[in-house]
Amino acid sequence: MSFELRAEKRLGDRVVAIDHVSDARLLALFGASGVGKTSILNMVAGLLRPERGHIAIAGETLFDDVRRIDVPPERRRVGYIFQDNRLFPHKRVRANLLYGHRLAETANRWIDLDDVTRFLGIGHLLDRWPQTLSGGEAQRVAIGRALLAGPRLLLMDEPLSSLDAPRRGEIMTVIARIRDELRIPILYVSHEKNEIARLADEVVVLDDSESANGPHEDGVIRPAYSP
Amino acid sequence: MISLSPDEWQVILLSLKVSLIAVGGTLPFAFAIAWLLARVRFPGKLLLDALVHLPLVIPPVVTGWLLLIAFGRTGPAGRFLEESFGLTLMFRWTGAALAAAVMALPLMVRAMRLSIEAVDIRLEQAARTLGASRWHAFLTIALPLSLPGVVAGAVLGFARSLGEFGATISFVSNIPGETRTIPLAIYAALQVPGQETVVARLALVSILLSFIALIVSELIVRRRRAAGSFHVL
Repeated sequence: MSFELRAEKRLGDRVVAIDHVSDARLLALFGASGVGKTSILNMVAGLLRPERGHIAIAGETLFDDVRRIDVPPERRRVGYIFQDNRLFPHKRVRANLLYGHRLAETANRWIDLDDVTRFLGIGHLLDRWPQTLSGGEAQRVAIGRALLAGPRLLLMDEPLSSLDAPRRGEIMTVIARIRDELRIPILYVSHEKNEIARLADEVVVLDDSESANGPHEDGVIRPAYSP
Repeated sequence: MISLSPDEWQVILLSLKVSLIAVGGTLPFAFAIAWLLARVRFPGKLLLDALVHLPLVIPPVVTGWLLLIAFGRTGPAGRFLEESFGLTLMFRWTGAALAAAVMALPLMVRAMRLSIEAVDIRLEQAARTLGASRWHAFLTIALPLSLPGVVAGAVLGFARSLGEFGATISFVSNIPGETRTIPLAIYAALQVPGQETVVARLALVSILLSFIALIVSELIVRRRRAAGSFHVL
């Protein structure tokens, strides 16, 4: 299974929970803002600690409260594409791209700088500062930075939301190519139906009532359009 | 160019030594305290905050007197330093450096804390997901991004140390060649008729030194700015 996601965490007066196992290539978490989609990604990334649960990616356990496993974020090999690109402002594009690549063990690097820049079309940006990039360029650099760290899973938190319409289409194509050509599982968060229809193999619908009732199975819907 | 007498040179070099040691020695502590106050929640935080800022609000002479009680020969800290390391602070230039450090600490902590708070913690989270340990993320992201504040804090602390008077004179007295820094020498010269030119020269030097420190810090921050931190389109 690509994804084993069982996790629960109380945040203030609500409970964020997911209980889903899937072999999808691109699994989408869908729901209104405020249901805790980002919190779930953070739990998978190791940035937020669930109270209970079991999180495994491709058979490797990242978190398990019973077995007391909690792999720190830097050893999870989970690439995270944030809503805001979070490029490091004091490093040029090249240094941003190579930040995780240099930290990754050689055996875990499955793509190099040349391939990434060609794949994403960002070769001409390498010497630029992040502040000088357009939204679409910055998001492509952020994707490249995550890929270069040698992840075995990508998390994407509404990666299109800060972009204008033409850029959205452009980045959506990039994501579809990552899904199809690079064959790396993607956990994708969105509240836009058309993004999900175009990209996802499988969708988990999160809503307030369900998450308030604790762990739940299946708000799963399969989109009419399926690749 | 003004020409300085050997005595005046001695005063100026001593002032520089005291201030540089005070700032250099305080820098890591100030940064650690600033970090704690900016990033960590712990019981007693308000108390630490208040303690650090105390020298800013109580009369410097009182701070000096407290140092005298703590670090004097019979004081608890003084006796400990004397017995363990053979180190005496009272009436020594090291004591002047301590007094300067205590007075500079709040200013240094304030500047550094502000710049640490301005660093987006989410950038460090991004670094963690890219394979950086907590420590590596600190060294490569948080520290360089808060550097302008560290430099500003160091310069403020240096300027404050150069100007330190009250705590110094009450803790280590005004001993030529040992604890007589620029402000103390100016004060001493003011007590004697006919020393106006000495006062003027030392005053000029102290203004010059503070001015140079400000310019240097501005240049360091500007260079960082050119390197991207505040790059504009």
